[in-house]
Amino acid sequence: MNEIPTLIRVFAYLSILTVGGGMAAFPEMEHLTVGVHNWMTSAQLVHMYSVGQMAPGPNMMMIVSIGDWAVWEASHSMALGIIGGIVVIFAFFGPTALLALAVGRAWNKLEKWPWRLSIQQGLAPVSVGLLLAGTLSMAKTAVTGWTTGGIALFVLLTMLWRKVNPALLVLAGAVIGALFVHPK
Amino acid sequence: MSEAIKPPVDEKALVAEARAKVTVFDVFLQFLIIGATSFGGVVPYLRENLVTKNHWVDDKEFVELLSISQSLPGLNATNMAILLGDRLKGWLGAFAGLLGVCLPGGMLMLAVGMFYRVHGDHAFVTKLLAGVAAAAAGLLLATVIQLGKKSLSHRFDLFFVLVTVLAVNRMHLGVPKTLVIVGLVAILFHYPRKSEKESVTR
Repeated sequence: MNEIPTLIRVFAYLSILTVGGGMAAFPEMEHLTVGVHNWMTSAQLVHMYSVGQMAPGPNMMMIVSIGDWAVWEASHSMALGIIGGIVVIFAFFGPTALLALAVGRAWNKLEKWPWRLSIQQGLAPVSVGLLLAGTLSMAKTAVTGWTTGGIALFVLLTMLWRKVNPALLVLAGAVIGALFVHPK
Repeated sequence: MSEAIKPPVDEKALVAEARAKVTVFDVFLQFLIIGATSFGGVVPYLRENLVTKNHWVDDKEFVELLSISQSLPGLNATNMAILLGDRLKGWLGAFAGLLGVCLPGGMLMLAVGMFYRVHGDHAFVTKLLAGVAAAAAGLLLATVIQLGKKSLSHRFDLFFVLVTVLAVNRMHLGVPKTLVIVGLVAILFHYPRKSEKESVTR
């Protein structure tokens, strides 16, 4: 039960770090959920994130699993776990939602503000960098050998050269993994 | 794909007419449908449903909202749900949009998490998940490359990308500090130049 205030704090904080995409917050998410609070292991976090790529909707919905998991580990109550999952959604999307609402309404004024373009152009490389940093720390856990490396490369190249539904590629990764990955 | 058929004047009238009839529940329902069917990325499904099918917004407004979404923290999908919902039905519409788009995936991931907690260490599941995680890593890298190609406006930006990666992954400066420090320098680097902007009159 004590996990719930902690979950709110952690995910409200992660919320404002998602500049450019959810993955920008990944290094911090890993640090907090794995290192600081011991809710799960790095591998478990990466697994949940990756499975989430096959689910419809926003691509960070695995946060629900983390919320449920964290509360369940502490209480072994399914109901409280579900509450944990719901709480995390509001914590993770609340702060950025309010900001989006405010900026969306003020946009007519902001659009003519000369620094708006500077902020947009300046934040672009930082958000690409944050996403890349998140991707690399995630890949460190996900790519463990030749087979997983091959799957990652195959998906990367397919995405860059063809227009394929990403969810299908992740599904293909699941099949190749089930057939060819050697468990350690 | 087929929006070129209709003249733009018609489109505007169509949107005004359709938007007048929208209720908060309609917003929730359409976003719920999008949330349940948008495999592999929400934005194309939003456009297909709200612009092409329902005519609740026109393409111009959609693209404008997308550029707001991309320059704010938060996921594109949820920011778009908020902005579109707000334009359609105020803050209640924004809330309905956010809830609708998150609910199906959230419920699915809750169930997946529960299943994983019990069966996550079976050998077959581990192998399957190793493949899924590897594919997701490749997918992410492709997304980052595509975003970089689209959003970087200056060659020097690659330097900021590199510094950001090193600050987070090598120097372990943490995401917030990196964001503030590198972000500020990069914004100052891109300070408003009069020649670039078309209509800045001061």
